[in-house]
Amino acid sequence: MTEITTFSVAETLKALKNKEFSAVELTKAYLHNMENGRQYNAYITECADVALKQAEEADKRYINGTNRALEGIPLGIKDLFCTKDIRTTAASHILDNFVPPYESTVTQHLLDDGAVFLGKLNLDEFAMGGSNETSYFGPVINPWSKDKPLVPGGSSGGSAAAVAAHLCAAATGTDTGGSIREPAAFCGITGIKPTYGRCSRYGIVAFASSLDQAGPIAQDVRDCAILLKSMAGFDEKDSTSCNITVPDYESFLNREVKGLTIGLPKEYRPEGLNPEVAAYWDKAAEYLKARGANIKEISLPHTKYALATYYVLAPAEASSNLARYDGIRYGFRADGQHLDDLYINTRTQGFGAEVRRRIMIGTYVLSAGYYDAYFLKAQKMRRLIHNDFMNAFKECDVILTPTSPITAFPIGDESMLQNPINMYLNDVFTVSVNLAGLPALSLPIGLSATGLPYGMQLIGKPFDEGTLFNVAAKIETDAKFERK
Amino acid sequence: MAIDNLTVKRIAFLSRLKIEDEKIEATKEEFNKILNWIEELNEIDTNSVEPLISVNDATLRMREDVVTSGNCLKDILKNAPSAEYDYFAVPKVVE
Repeated sequence: MTEITTFSVAETLKALKNKEFSAVELTKAYLHNMENGRQYNAYITECADVALKQAEEADKRYINGTNRALEGIPLGIKDLFCTKDIRTTAASHILDNFVPPYESTVTQHLLDDGAVFLGKLNLDEFAMGGSNETSYFGPVINPWSKDKPLVPGGSSGGSAAAVAAHLCAAATGTDTGGSIREPAAFCGITGIKPTYGRCSRYGIVAFASSLDQAGPIAQDVRDCAILLKSMAGFDEKDSTSCNITVPDYESFLNREVKGLTIGLPKEYRPEGLNPEVAAYWDKAAEYLKARGANIKEISLPHTKYALATYYVLAPAEASSNLARYDGIRYGFRADGQHLDDLYINTRTQGFGAEVRRRIMIGTYVLSAGYYDAYFLKAQKMRRLIHNDFMNAFKECDVILTPTSPITAFPIGDESMLQNPINMYLNDVFTVSVNLAGLPALSLPIGLSATGLPYGMQLIGKPFDEGTLFNVAAKIETDAKFERK
Repeated sequence: MAIDNLTVKRIAFLSRLKIEDEKIEATKEEFNKILNWIEELNEIDTNSVEPLISVNDATLRMREDVVTSGNCLKDILKNAPSAEYDYFAVPKVVE
């Protein structure tokens, strides 16, 4: 690995401006890493030709002075974002030959700012999973693995592994129940799920539309701030996109935390919480306290019900969104004598086991006779969970919690495979945020006794990503976490 | 609310998915495990709670009724598993 691929996005931009190396040299260095890093299985599709062309254009712009905000920065794109003329699979057999005729808004923003796209990153099939093991293209391996291969977390597992292993300078992710934050925590890097409505969902393969949000996964807090600035913004093509000015997030990094009130929800410290996790949580709070922040215990009384609420709403929305995959207009088609056979064969062969499970659970909770008992009930619970946060934010500015109760676990873990609920429980600290539509950031805090990274989560008020960057920058400085 | 084998079959058909006969029992048990777990929501009385459908409660924007994209027939058919005469092609529906 050459040194230039260990630079952060901010450092790389500076070096490119100072002509220390060219964008083509940089892209070639990353392509070289990708070739040598194929054992991680982080990329589903590599696009070297496209990347080198974009890098040449970037070099021209640096010479003639028309360089843009991300000119020449080599990015990996989660394979859930439609990219024009580049295959987009959602890590599913049913889309494994799909070449979008259009570009997602988020990736268009990145292209407009001069980014270079190295390829499309692996994920859980349709972003459904917390370990990247449900991908049709095989699991991603966490670069922190030692004697046996560990999961990178999911669903943005390829994104997190690629950033940690320097197979791209930064990556895009999406987060429906923790899919940016959990893999960021497992791979010792930083990621932010912005407020619902901050980034356009146009052109992102839909999972659960009322929960899905795009965000960056990057080496550090500053890089996330730089990337989010580019990715965010109002879009007429997404009816839930919010027309709110995107601030210069980097400007928040130098602010002090003195006077801010940091809430620690007592429900996130259940009996039996991993003592290592609890200790790091306390430590993060101490860093902020030492800098003059007020630490306050708060309550989010309906926390216990967030997972069950999520596992009604997300599959319900998924079953509806995934009804479009019928083998008629695009994607994989299986043979069938009659139209219904064609639908059934296509979907049964095209979707993996976890996706089929969620479609059926979703179909059930939406079906006649059960809609009120499950779906409507969950929507009401969602209101209570949302209100919990709104009440808590009357007493604090930011909420601090662990990102996950555990570190990365081995690929093929028996207890997770035997009972899907055990896998779902890993999302315990992350799903509430999606239900409430709030912004949340995960950054690495330290290593376990076994040498694996833990993440801390900061949750903010709606559209207050800036304060998350402010507080995260301070924890980052004090924790001195050493990345891969 | 435990579900039975017949319900599993019905849900699979509504989902346009096939479950092999020998897997129906296991699927039923798995679903019942998940549904039992979801039952915990009934611990909370939500009779007077408004359902939350979307976190940003903004009303949908109105716009001029004009074509915003179009003339992309060729692009759209490029991904079709089967297309004929500028249409998507499917197995015969009417005998």
